[in-house]
Amino acid sequence: MSTADTAAPPAARRPRPLAQVVLYTVLGLCAVAILVPFLWMVSASLKRNNEVLTSPIRWIPDEFQWGNFTRIWDQIPLGTYLGNTVFLSLVITLLQVLTGSFAAYGFAKVRFRGRDALFLAYIATIAVPWQAYMIPQYIMMQKAGLTDTFLSLILLQAFGAFGVFLMRQYYLTIPDELCEAARVDGLSEYGIWARIMLPLSRPALASLALLTFVNTWNDYMGPFIYLTSNDLWTIQLGLRSFVGQYDADYAMMMTGSVLSVLPILVIFLLGQRYFIQGVATSGIKG
Amino acid sequence: MADLLTAPTAAPGAAPSPPRARPRRARRNTLIGWSFILPNFLGFALLTLVPVAGALALSFMEWDSYNPPEWVGLDNFERLLRDESTMIALRNTAYYALGHVPLTMLAALGLALLLNRRLRGVGFFRAAAFFPYVTSLVAVAIVWNMLFNPEFGPVNQFLSWLGVDSPPGWTTSVDWAMPAVILTSVWRDMGYYMVLFLAGLQAIPTEHHEAARVDGANAWQRFRAVTLPGLRPVTFLVLILLTVQSFKVFDLVVVMTDGGPGRATLVLSQQIYRRGIIEGEFGYASAISLVLFLLVLVLTLTQFWFNNRRERS
Repeated sequence: MSTADTAAPPAARRPRPLAQVVLYTVLGLCAVAILVPFLWMVSASLKRNNEVLTSPIRWIPDEFQWGNFTRIWDQIPLGTYLGNTVFLSLVITLLQVLTGSFAAYGFAKVRFRGRDALFLAYIATIAVPWQAYMIPQYIMMQKAGLTDTFLSLILLQAFGAFGVFLMRQYYLTIPDELCEAARVDGLSEYGIWARIMLPLSRPALASLALLTFVNTWNDYMGPFIYLTSNDLWTIQLGLRSFVGQYDADYAMMMTGSVLSVLPILVIFLLGQRYFIQGVATSGIKG
Repeated sequence: MADLLTAPTAAPGAAPSPPRARPRRARRNTLIGWSFILPNFLGFALLTLVPVAGALALSFMEWDSYNPPEWVGLDNFERLLRDESTMIALRNTAYYALGHVPLTMLAALGLALLLNRRLRGVGFFRAAAFFPYVTSLVAVAIVWNMLFNPEFGPVNQFLSWLGVDSPPGWTTSVDWAMPAVILTSVWRDMGYYMVLFLAGLQAIPTEHHEAARVDGANAWQRFRAVTLPGLRPVTFLVLILLTVQSFKVFDLVVVMTDGGPGRATLVLSQQIYRRGIIEGEFGYASAISLVLFLLVLVLTLTQFWFNNRRERS
């Protein structure tokens, strides 16, 4: 978040120590309040089932039940679910980043008639709720025999307008003189995209890739509508079914939740800068 | 959205060229431009543009999976007005939006003001506030369902500790299920909009604050006279995004309450899903989705109109 920090207002007056203490206390309380559900989730995942909902709450389990984390693999086909989710997330992210950045070059750096009207159509659909056209989409998939396949979800999610939009906004910040110079040197438009724009837009590519990956990983509605066979389910569907199946097994439900959030936490910690930049760019520059 | 279409002008062919070469170059540029856009556009057109048009047509047809589609004019919309559960879903969605939009906005703005400072460790606090947004809705819904457990949940234990005599039944109660859903969604979304507000705050020139300070304005006066007006464009954007997002609510409700208890949290998207995909009434479900789309459109346009009017005055 270095960019955010450098842009922060300069400390005009030296803060007094007391004010500092008060500020940190407030911030600390806010952070705890926001993170408490996660703490509770981890704590419950390490308890015996009958210890999860007690009054008063015991935050630290008497005896850590690490066994929950091995037992869950036998109770639901978690390995299959995780594998499916990783596969879908990777394929969709790759396609979205590739086609999105490719199309963005056309929108940002090549001038031709009808370009801006076409781009407007792209943006307009970002504002149309998916729910408004999910029925025709579903009928098309059904007619094509693609419901209950990974292909349906890949087709639905890999060509989103969001990626085109995000990448175009970034390409606009890259000076045209650079492309012009490359053209004079004899590079084709495709060469400019591959050899100049792609390397220069690494931060935006990272933002788009991370946001797409996490969105696909977390997506519930798409798999919920399209995937009915248990062996195609994603981790989110598995987790949800677990709730119905073992309604009273609270500790297991929390163990499953922890396992579904853990990969996202790792990715978030590694790339939080790109997440936050991606959100800020797509929002503000729009 | 002002600089959305102010695309760069210098592009291949921008340099002065002999008049005869121009049409050919323009054609070449069109070909190159389309070749870049096509891979994405094919998927986009087939899976977004065609269905959007299809939804419009379907709304005026009666069609289930067994019988051929039949043009029925406005029948679906008449039925919609008489369908009790659709009307309940409409009311619940509006209720959700009325809670979710202002509360998320306030929480996000508060967090942004708190975290817009140069401070050791501020990055950690920003990340902590943003993290709920990237965690899966299913996990979030499951956890909050337990936190809201009427008897043993931490929320009610905390309320009792504060001295509340009979804390609400949250997701088990017809009256409190929607507030529980709203609180959960505010918690999850506020970090996202905080990032937008932070970017907006950092776009306000510090000189404006300095000038106000020199003029003797106190913190509250500076907030009213400098910060809030400076945030106008972001606030407007957040308002629109939040409104659109609120009317689309689906997963959170499905996992947390599945529309219940009874129909207390049934929302429009869920009604579309049930009628269209579960019951296979494609025409009727499309009519409901058209209503959802028009609602979002009218609200967005109204906000644009208000914004323009206030900007002019």
